[in-house]
Amino acid sequence: MTVSNNNEKPSEFVGNQISLARMQAGQKGKIVGINGGHSLVRRLEALGIKEGKEIKKISEQWMRGPVLLQHGNTQLALGFGMASKVMVQITRKNQ
Amino acid sequence: MKILLMGNPNVGKSAVFNRLTGADVIISNYAGTTVEFTKGSMKIARRNVELIDVPGTYTLEPTNKAEQIAVEMLKGRKDPDVVINVVEATNLERSLNLTLQLLKERVSVIVALNFWDETKHKGISIDVEKLEGILKVPCVPICAVTGQGINHLVERIKEARPSPFRYDKTDKWREIGGIVEQVQTITHRHHTLLERLGEASIKPITGLPIAVISLFLALKLIRFVGEGLIGRVCEPVFENLWSPLMLKLSSFLGSGGVIHNLVIGQLVDGKIDYGQSFGLLTTGLFVPLGAVLPYVFAFYLVLSFLEDLGYIPRLAIMVDTLMHRLGLHGLAIVPMLLGLGCNVPGVLSTRILETRKERFIAATIIAIGVPCAALQAMIVGLVARHGMLNLGIVYGTLFIVWLILGLLLNRVVKGTSPEIFTEIPPYRIPYLRGLLKKVYMRTKWFVKEAVPFVLLGVLLVNILYTLGVIQFAGKIAAPVVTKVLGLPQEAVGALIIGFLRKDVAVGMLIPLGLTSKQLVIASVVLAMYFPCIATFTTLVRELGFADMLKSAGIMLISSLIVGGLLNLILV
Repeated sequence: MTVSNNNEKPSEFVGNQISLARMQAGQKGKIVGINGGHSLVRRLEALGIKEGKEIKKISEQWMRGPVLLQHGNTQLALGFGMASKVMVQITRKNQ
Repeated sequence: MKILLMGNPNVGKSAVFNRLTGADVIISNYAGTTVEFTKGSMKIARRNVELIDVPGTYTLEPTNKAEQIAVEMLKGRKDPDVVINVVEATNLERSLNLTLQLLKERVSVIVALNFWDETKHKGISIDVEKLEGILKVPCVPICAVTGQGINHLVERIKEARPSPFRYDKTDKWREIGGIVEQVQTITHRHHTLLERLGEASIKPITGLPIAVISLFLALKLIRFVGEGLIGRVCEPVFENLWSPLMLKLSSFLGSGGVIHNLVIGQLVDGKIDYGQSFGLLTTGLFVPLGAVLPYVFAFYLVLSFLEDLGYIPRLAIMVDTLMHRLGLHGLAIVPMLLGLGCNVPGVLSTRILETRKERFIAATIIAIGVPCAALQAMIVGLVARHGMLNLGIVYGTLFIVWLILGLLLNRVVKGTSPEIFTEIPPYRIPYLRGLLKKVYMRTKWFVKEAVPFVLLGVLLVNILYTLGVIQFAGKIAAPVVTKVLGLPQEAVGALIIGFLRKDVAVGMLIPLGLTSKQLVIASVVLAMYFPCIATFTTLVRELGFADMLKSAGIMLISSLIVGGLLNLILV
């Protein structure tokens, strides 16, 4: 099995905008936009996850598997495709 | 009076429901345990009150089917008198979203702050009086699994009323943030061991070994408990206590005749042989209680522990990528695991999947490739005697069939397979009494469902043999059964009875003296060819008749192909 998606992670730069899918595990960031359809925005919003909120990426699975994020005391797993649509501004490089 | 229990998924609504009604509803530590609403009744101040456990929802603007059901129940024709809004005290901000929406509906609300005990470990302190002051509805801290605070909650239900609280809908989350800031203080603390374990079991590098090890241990434990109970309890009881009684009854009945053969069956060398006698009180009782029940108990013990701990959603993440190849997503592991106990709850829980495509694929591959505990117990008992390799072939074949069928169906079945989207609950140390109660409930359910059908199956075997129906069917089906599957034509009897109970069907193979190869083929075909009647009716209800027909066609064809192939390949 190979790590397929993150050969070019520009994550050293604090302040860059990248998608949740491309964040590194352990990184924190502020959501700056959700490029998905209305339904994804609504599903995330129902959990309090929306533009301006701080989230932390906990982990990702191999082969474009689901991404786990933390927001407050909520841990949410969402598919790689959805995670690619959540744009994040990195606030801290590592915990 | 009518009371609705509403709240986010996995906040313990069913636990509160059980506490309030004394009912037995399955509760677990993952979202989507309750897929149907459950009604119960309780008494408040000597008045009969109807209590309804509503599936979890994050919002009253539904984003999926389960949430839609919840909203319809609230806004439906009969208005509820009171809504008990169960919230996760450790997750106040997220929970208040629904609370505010409920307040806006102008229904009478009482807020139950569940997991109150956990707030202390997590360094969260909530000023309940202040929260009450803001929301202007009663707020009661509780711990539903242990029952703390439940009495207080009941006492205050009468205080529930529509709240005058209003907020600007466009800025709902700012409003919520403001409330949380006022009532909640968080003290910093270090990660607990459970939290570290929670993260370790979801990162691929540590999570995969953890998954393999836990499933291996689970299997070991199931076999240890199951075999231990059979060897030390069930067989001694049947051999030493029940057999002498049955022999007395046998001679009382004159050691022969119609009634004797129905009740006791055939004696083998003057003794009761629970595998071969096939009487109602011999084989009919031994199969469900002596051979299957220990494994069912052991299976549910382990599964319930993993559920209450909160491991299942983490396992779902680990298998998500694989499940996508089958047109499903990780959460489909829930119906699969439940199906290993009994296909009926397995098929029912396919409701946690969003689309028709997913539900069709999941239900079909459960019915074909996921053998229930009753069938497994009998297969293990029979096939393992011929070597573990043969048992491995049976399980390996079923797994490959499950996999290939999923891959094929994913390509053929029209529709979409959405991505996983699920909350991962924290690990929670299972509450022992709750855990044991759940195991007891599930085991009891098995006994109630299985025993009558097994008895009916044994009765039918005797009647059909006496009437010559099975012999006749054997002759008709002989070309297929003997030529394609390489089984003796008597095995047709097992295939007929398998529609009623598959464990009885495996039992019918015992007197046939099959070779190892024939046993493997018969076990695989019995698992695959058609669901038992209980699963069949569930499939019709969940899929609809047309889809069930398609599913059944797939079962019959694939079992013939696989059985035929095994007959060609195996020596």
